[in-house]
Amino acid sequence: MTVEAVHEPFRTQLTVRLREGGTLLGVPLPGPCTFTSGNGVDLLWMGPDEYLVLAEPGRQAELEGALSRESALAVVDVSAQRNVVRLTGSRAADVLAHGCSIDLEASPPGTCVQTLLARTGIVLMVRDEGFTILVRQSFSDYFRAWLADASLEYVS
Amino acid sequence: MTRLSGVPLKFTFDGRELTGFLGDTLASALLANGIHRVSTSIKHGRPRGIFGAGVEDSNALVQIEKPFPEPMLSATTVELYDGLEARGLRGRGRLATEPDPARYDAKHAHCDVLVIGAGPAGRAAAASAEGRVLLVDDQPGGEAPEGVRFLSRTTAFGIYDDGFVLALERRGEPAAPERISRQRVWRIRAKRIVIATGAHERPIVFPDNDRPGIMLASAARTYLNRYGVLAGQRVVVFTTNDSAYDAASDLAGAGAEIVRIVDAREGHGVIGTDGGSHITAAHVAKLGELQGERVPCDLLLVSGGWNPVVHLYSQARGTLRYDAGLGAYVPAGNLPGVTVVGAAAGEGLPETEVLWQVPAPESEVDTRFVDQQRDATVSDILRATGAGLRSLEHVKRYTTIGTAHDQGRTSGMLAAGITAEALGVELADRRPTTFRPPYTPVPFAALAGRNRGELHDPVRVTTIHPWHVEHGAEFENVGQWKRPWYYPRPGESMADAVRRECRAARNDVAVMDGSTLGKIDVQGPDAGWFLDMLYTNLMSTLKVGRIRYGVMCGVDGMVIDDGTVIRVGEERFLVTTTTGNAAKILEWMEEWLQTEWPYLRVFATSVTEHWATIPLVGPRSREVLGRLAPDLDVSNEALGFMTWQDAEVAGLPARVCRISFSGELAYEINVPSWHGLALWQSIVDQGATPYGTETMHVLRAEKGYPIIGQDTDGTVTPQDLGMSWAVSKKKADFLGKRSFARAENNRPDRKHLVGLLPADPSVLLPEGAQIIESETVPEPPVRMLGHVTSSYDSAALGRTFALALVRSGRARIGETLYVPVGDQVVPVTVTESVLFDKEGARRDG
Repeated sequence: MTVEAVHEPFRTQLTVRLREGGTLLGVPLPGPCTFTSGNGVDLLWMGPDEYLVLAEPGRQAELEGALSRESALAVVDVSAQRNVVRLTGSRAADVLAHGCSIDLEASPPGTCVQTLLARTGIVLMVRDEGFTILVRQSFSDYFRAWLADASLEYVS
Repeated sequence: MTRLSGVPLKFTFDGRELTGFLGDTLASALLANGIHRVSTSIKHGRPRGIFGAGVEDSNALVQIEKPFPEPMLSATTVELYDGLEARGLRGRGRLATEPDPARYDAKHAHCDVLVIGAGPAGRAAAASAEGRVLLVDDQPGGEAPEGVRFLSRTTAFGIYDDGFVLALERRGEPAAPERISRQRVWRIRAKRIVIATGAHERPIVFPDNDRPGIMLASAARTYLNRYGVLAGQRVVVFTTNDSAYDAASDLAGAGAEIVRIVDAREGHGVIGTDGGSHITAAHVAKLGELQGERVPCDLLLVSGGWNPVVHLYSQARGTLRYDAGLGAYVPAGNLPGVTVVGAAAGEGLPETEVLWQVPAPESEVDTRFVDQQRDATVSDILRATGAGLRSLEHVKRYTTIGTAHDQGRTSGMLAAGITAEALGVELADRRPTTFRPPYTPVPFAALAGRNRGELHDPVRVTTIHPWHVEHGAEFENVGQWKRPWYYPRPGESMADAVRRECRAARNDVAVMDGSTLGKIDVQGPDAGWFLDMLYTNLMSTLKVGRIRYGVMCGVDGMVIDDGTVIRVGEERFLVTTTTGNAAKILEWMEEWLQTEWPYLRVFATSVTEHWATIPLVGPRSREVLGRLAPDLDVSNEALGFMTWQDAEVAGLPARVCRISFSGELAYEINVPSWHGLALWQSIVDQGATPYGTETMHVLRAEKGYPIIGQDTDGTVTPQDLGMSWAVSKKKADFLGKRSFARAENNRPDRKHLVGLLPADPSVLLPEGAQIIESETVPEPPVRMLGHVTSSYDSAALGRTFALALVRSGRARIGETLYVPVGDQVVPVTVTESVLFDKEGARRDG
C-alpha cells in the first residue's frame, strides 16, 4: 500500500483560549499555522487566541484541570467534535493534492492549517511520518468516501 | 511507408474503416488516408476540410461516437486511438444520453515558475528558471529539461488572479477507467508565470477560401514533419511573408510539386478557387485585377503572417499593442509575475506585408469567409460597420465572428483588420476584443471532476445515523444534514407513521435524534453581558443549573434564531441554535466579538458535533429515564422544568436537561457523540418509540411553537410571534432593541402568528397558501392577508390545523377567513397559535 489511513478514535481534544503566556502544559505555544509537541500532547494553533490540545484518549479531566491552573481564559472539551485520521504512505501527499490547495511540498513537519479538503473543512497537521487530519464528525462519511475515491489511482 | 510509431490503429470515420498510427491525431490520420473533407459548414452547407494542425483549426469539427459520444471536437486535437469512431459534423453535435463511464478528476500543483508552452522559448525559460519549475504543453510527449516537472498533453486554459492557472491534462484512454482519470484539471498556483505559447499562422481572405485542400502553410508543414503525412502533391502557396517558403521547401523535399508561389509582396494574390469537395485550382492574379489565371492544384497553402498567442496574457489583464510589422496584436509589456517570451511576445516572427483580404470581384453570394465555423463573411462585417458599429467588440457580437468553437484564433485578427479598413481607421487606435477563459473548450465532465454522485455535496449525519438507516427511516434534508423524517412500519403510510409517533409522544414515551441541534459553548467573565446583548431577554440573571428559552434578533429587530441557554457555571453558558443556523449564529457571535466588542472576555466555541442530543418525550419519559439513571433523582422537585443535571445515563456520562419542544414531560439527554448510538439503543430497548422531524413539527405546532425559518421569513419580530414576553423591558440595550421603537414595528396591521382551523376538519391546507377575506376570489388585485406557514393533521386534536402569518392576526381571532386551494376556497377560523394543552398541564408529567 502506498497510502494508508488509520482512524485514531477517542483522542482527547480540548479547545483552549489564551491571550498571553508562552507555554501551555509545559509546551511552547505554536505560532500561526504550526503545532508544537511535548509531554504527550500536541498544541495546534487554530487562531490568534485559540489552540487545540490533542492527546491520548481519556486525559480530558486531567488536562482540563491542569489548563485551568494556567493562564487559559476558556477550556472546552471538544473530543467528540472531530475524528482524527492518520494518513501515511509515499503517495499520501498526492492523494491530498486532489482536494487540498495547500502547498504540501512547502509545508514542513510542524505545519498545522485549517483548510478545505474537497468539500469538507479539515485541520491538517504535517508530521515527519505523514499527516494527521481532523475532520468534523458529521462529515466523516463524506471524508471517508472522498479519501477512498482519491486514493484509487495510487493503490493497487 | 511506415509513419510515426508504426503501431497501427484501426478507426472509423463517416462509416469508413481506416488505419492510422499511434501518435496520429484524427486529422493527420484522415489526411494520410487522403481525406481532406471532414465537415459541412453550418449555414451554407459547404464542404469543409482540415485547415490547421492544432487548436487554431476552424473547420474540422467531428462528433466522436465511440468509445463514448462527445460532440464538437476538432479532429486536429483528437489523439487517435484503436476503435475510435467519429463522423464529420455540420454545426452542433450530440451529447451522450448515457452516463460517461470515464473518470475525471482534479489536482492541485504549486511551483515557483510555471512555463506554459514547451517550444524552444518555453524550454529555454524552464531550463534557466530557479526553484520549482513546472512546464506544461498541449502536445503529447517530449522530454522534460533536467530538474523540471513536465506535464505534456496539458493545455493551460485560464489565468486568474495571484498566479492561479487552470490547465486540462488529457491523459488518454486509461486501461483502468474506474481508477485512472481520463482528463484532469490542474489547479496550479505559481509565484511567476512564463507564457511561451507561440504564434498561430493567419490566413488571408479571398473568394472560396474555405474549400477542403486549403490549409495554413504551417499546418501542412506540421503534418509532414510531425506526422509524416504529405497533404498534397501539386501545391500552390499564397503568402505575405517568408515563413511559407519553409513549408514549400519541406513539402518539395518530400516529393510534392510546388506549382506556384504567389507572393503578395510581389503584387500577386489568389482571388478565387475551383473545386467541389476538394480544391482543383487556384485563381492567381495581380492584386487589384479581378480576372485570374487558373492554376490546377490539390493543395493551397496560405500564410498571411503570424498572430502571437496572447490569449493567456490578455486573460491576465495584459494590454495588447498593435504591431504593424506583424499585422498582429502583441503584449505591450510584462505584467507583475507574468512574463511573455518567444513568438507569443512577437519575437522571431517574420516581417510580413499586412494583407487581410484580396480585392475580389463582386459576387451574388459572398464566399470570402472570415470565420469559417460561423460561415461569417466580409459582407457580414460590412453590414455591421454599415449599421454604424465602430467597436471591435460590437462587430464581434453583431457578426458572431470569433465566438465559435475556435474563439476566433484564425478569424479574430482578420475581422479587426477588415473592420478598420472599412472604417478607415488605424488598428493601433482600436481596442482589441477581450480574451476570456477558457482558451480551449473544456468538457463539463472535467470541470465537475469527482464532485458528482455521493461526492457532489457532503451529506452530514449524526453518530446515530446507522440505526436510523437500519430501521427503515425516511430521511429529510436539513441543510447538508440527513435527518430521520419518520419511521414507517411495514404497510404504514407517512400519515399513519406520523400519527402513531405523535400518539407515542403524547400518551406514552418517544425518542428522537436531536444531535443536529446547533450548540455553542460561551465562556468568559463577560459571557452574561454578551448574551444579554444577543438575546432579547435577560440571560445574565439565569442561575447556574437552570435553562432559559431565548430569541435572537438582527439589528433590524427581526427574529434570526431561537433556542435554549443553559447556565453551566458562573462564567459559562451552553447556547443551542436551530439545526440550520448553527454556523450562522457562531459567525454572528464572532462578528460582534471581533468587530464591535473586542474588549469583551468572551469565547464562543462550536460543540455541535461533540454532543449527541436525544430528546426523550412523553408521560412515561420520567419512568424510562429513572430506570436508565438509577442514581439520578428524576422527580419534578429534584429535576424541575428548565433545569439540568450531569448524571450517568445507561452507564454513560450525560447531561440531562428538562427541556420540552412538545409541551410534554420531556428530557434532552446529551452525551459525547461517540456514545450517541449506545445511549439511543438503551432508550429504545426501554420501549420508547423513535420519531422523526415530521412528528416533532406536529407536536411543536400543536403548542404554537414557531420554527424560525419556517414560520418566520426575516420580516417577523418577536412581537409578531406573540413573544413580547421574551423581550426584556429592563435591559438598557440589546441587538434589535432600537428597531422595536420604529413606527413600522408598531403598526397594528403587522402580520401575526396565529392558528387556523379549517371548517372541514379533514382539509389539510397547503403550506404557503394565501389567505383572503372573501368567500370567493375577487378580481385582481386580491388583498392578501397573509399565508399558511405550517399545516398538519393532528392526532391529539383529531383534526387538521395550521399556523399562519395573518395581517392584524391577533385582532382577528374568532373571525372566519378564506384560503383558496386549487379551485376551492376553504373557510378557516382564526385561533390563538396554541391549540393543544393551553394551560400547560402536561409539562411536568
